[in-house]
Amino acid sequence: MAVPRAKTSKARTHRRQSINMKLTAPTLVACGNCGNPVLMHRVCPKCGFYRGRQVFAPENNG
Amino acid sequence: MNHKIGYNKLNRVSAHRKALIKNMMTVLFKHERIVTTKAKAIEVRRNAEKLITRAKEDTVHNRRLVERKIRDEAILAKLFKDIAPRFKERTGGYTRILKIGFRKQDAADMVVLELVDYKLDTEKKAKKGDKPAKAEKPAAEKKPVAKKAAEAKKPAAEKKVAEAKKPAPEKKAKAPAKPKAEPKAE
Repeated sequence: MAVPRAKTSKARTHRRQSINMKLTAPTLVACGNCGNPVLMHRVCPKCGFYRGRQVFAPENNG
Repeated sequence: MNHKIGYNKLNRVSAHRKALIKNMMTVLFKHERIVTTKAKAIEVRRNAEKLITRAKEDTVHNRRLVERKIRDEAILAKLFKDIAPRFKERTGGYTRILKIGFRKQDAADMVVLELVDYKLDTEKKAKKGDKPAKAEKPAAEKKPVAKKAAEAKKPAAEKKVAEAKKPAPEKKAKAPAKPKAEPKAE
């Protein structure tokens, strides 16, 4: 059975992970109605607007 | 050749899937707006639009074809007498899907599926928002009388409020959409 010849050093591990396990930040745009940062193509969770339409009532009872 | 013509099986056997889509279409025509996952919304839409097109012409034949999917007389009548005439000028594209973000519990892509002429009544919504708050108060008053029962009730009420707060505005559409959509998702 094939067995690793040497232990993977911390440096090698980290180097690999720095490339392959990178997280990417979601792309955010400003809501056209309230300016709240929102995901693209999604209804603004804060004001409930999408493309100038009120999709649902904003949540202001929190 | 029947390649590249597919549909989402939604991880269900055919009978289960048919029942799910029937139920969700019925609820969609009843409330004109439902909140569900994106995958289900797309499958419901492709079926529901065919029924609306079918319902534009009110004949015995069409009624029988649509009746196979909509097993509720009242909603069947509504579809033929109310919904379909509203879309007379429209050739397809009767529904709209709006993405509203990810469900907390399982990060499912949640979506609002509505008929395109759905009008959000903000005043009604405000009233509906008041109702659960009122319902909570009596529950709190009852607490000293029957502690155990009230304690059981309260978390449930709070959950409902939290659910309402999260993605969707209106109880009406949410309540029916959820039980139909989610128990089967498990």
